[in-house]
Amino acid sequence: MTDERTLDLLESKIEELRQLNAIDGMDLSKEIARLEEKLAVLRQDLYSNLTDWERVRIARHPKRPYALDYIASVFSDFYELRGDRIVGDDRALVAGLARLDGRPVALLGQQKGRTTEENKERFFGMTRPQGYRKAKRLMELAERFGFPLVSLIDTSGAYPGVESEELNIGGAIAENLQTMAGLRVPTVAVIIGEGGSGGALAIGLADRVLMLEDAIYSVITPEGAAAILWKDKERAREAATALQMTAPHLQNLGLIDGVIPEPLGGAHKNPAVTSAALKEALVRHVNELSAIPLDQLLAARYQRYRNVGRYTIRPATESQGALP
Amino acid sequence: MSLFKERQYLRVHVDREPDDSLWMKCKSCGELVFKRRVRENSNVCPSCGEYFFQTSQERIESILDPGTYEPLGERLVTDDPLSFVDSRPYRERVAETQAKTGLDDAILIGRGAIEGIPIVIGVMDFRFIGGSMGSVVGEQISRAIEAAIADRRAFILISSSGGARIQEGMFSLLQMAKTVTVRRRLAEAGLPFVSVMTYPTSGGVQASIASLGDILIAEKGAMIGFAGRRVIEQTIAEELPAHFQTESFALERGQIDRVVRREDLRSELALALGFFVGAR
Repeated sequence: MTDERTLDLLESKIEELRQLNAIDGMDLSKEIARLEEKLAVLRQDLYSNLTDWERVRIARHPKRPYALDYIASVFSDFYELRGDRIVGDDRALVAGLARLDGRPVALLGQQKGRTTEENKERFFGMTRPQGYRKAKRLMELAERFGFPLVSLIDTSGAYPGVESEELNIGGAIAENLQTMAGLRVPTVAVIIGEGGSGGALAIGLADRVLMLEDAIYSVITPEGAAAILWKDKERAREAATALQMTAPHLQNLGLIDGVIPEPLGGAHKNPAVTSAALKEALVRHVNELSAIPLDQLLAARYQRYRNVGRYTIRPATESQGALP
Repeated sequence: MSLFKERQYLRVHVDREPDDSLWMKCKSCGELVFKRRVRENSNVCPSCGEYFFQTSQERIESILDPGTYEPLGERLVTDDPLSFVDSRPYRERVAETQAKTGLDDAILIGRGAIEGIPIVIGVMDFRFIGGSMGSVVGEQISRAIEAAIADRRAFILISSSGGARIQEGMFSLLQMAKTVTVRRRLAEAGLPFVSVMTYPTSGGVQASIASLGDILIAEKGAMIGFAGRRVIEQTIAEELPAHFQTESFALERGQIDRVVRREDLRSELALALGFFVGAR
């Protein structure tokens, strides 16, 4: 079975041959072409049949483009607005105004760090109450001026810490949900990497919810579910499958509105192509939503969330839990 | 009893089977107490004041005017939308819990009155998979709120929940969005929502509907918080302060309005609701 390391190895071998080819004037082009063909086949083979767990790994890949990468490549004139006006500024959630295909939008993005230093600043992309309250400020600003709201979601979850609880992180998430439920502008949320439970939903209660193909969105991390339900953290793979947290699964379940394709192997293999696909989807959905009269937009949003869930009506015999 | 004993409900179910013994031993103070007195005392130990676990039925009984409770609408059961299997199939777990508790899922909803004030109430039940919120709990909360709007009554939710139900995956997470969405309609209708947080009110329930009451009341001995103690300790390696996520912690930090003893909850609710009668 091929794995990613085999591909990397093959890629570097091809690169070596290319260099040899250039230096010595030896004609290795046939060799190179053969290996490239082989590489393409292996790559197709490996990435077109991704298991759910492999998708989790891609969603968390350290080279995966983060919110600020897309903000730079998809939007123009990003104008960052900082601070919750009460406690501080959460660097794990960036917010501001930007232009999407020329149209001003309010933008929220959950940002992970790549280096230790960055991760310290960004709290590993885990949003704190300061971040959620800043987000709410932006939501309200968007509403005041009629800017569509775009959320780029990428967090393993809200930051679980003492300070978070002291600042009522649960209450902050609840307030955001309430704000988004009634926000009088079009809203689009895209899960670009990890959609970690309430920490993600807090900026994700939108008219359109999209996912990049290799992103995940779940009520709990696979590790968390494994620890609680299997009593064994090592069984995260099974949990990842059981939770149906990948974009294709969630589309099949009817819980998201679209899957944005990624290059084979994930967005990091070709960020430019991914950005172009993301931009196309965002522009299309924002345009569609903007054409809908506001009362219809809000009514559709209401129905969407009011009706989510799967249950069966039990034939009435007697009432449950009857009092003695 | 140690000075900083962590307050937690004793997971003692006060049995109501007639053939059971008349007396029980309080796990907190060790006293032998008369069971009927415990029941009459809202499952509070008459000797030391420790709270025993209360089922949703018992809560309804101890809060509503006698004979006024009327279960609302249809009985709903989960569809197991993910055909979820962990150490055992979710369907089995649900069926077994239903048999054990007599409940369809982790909530009872109904109409009733508190000191003559008509209300719609939802009471979560921790015995049912940790009171977790999946499709049925979300739908029943929504239906309760809609009934309150239709009848122009106040809505009361008594939470006792570990959060979203893992076994229904994203369907559970989205119940947060669902309940909050419906909650807005209650506000638009000018009707009050009193949220009562008990042990425990955490995770996806605390981060949605439970935190959005016009009035937030915590029962003494409640646990209120988003992330569980264990999660915080494990992932962050931080030392947790004494009384972390207790009702007094929440009160001191401005997260809730009031703390009440369970024995006083009924009169507290009547007092609070009284201000809204005839308002608007």
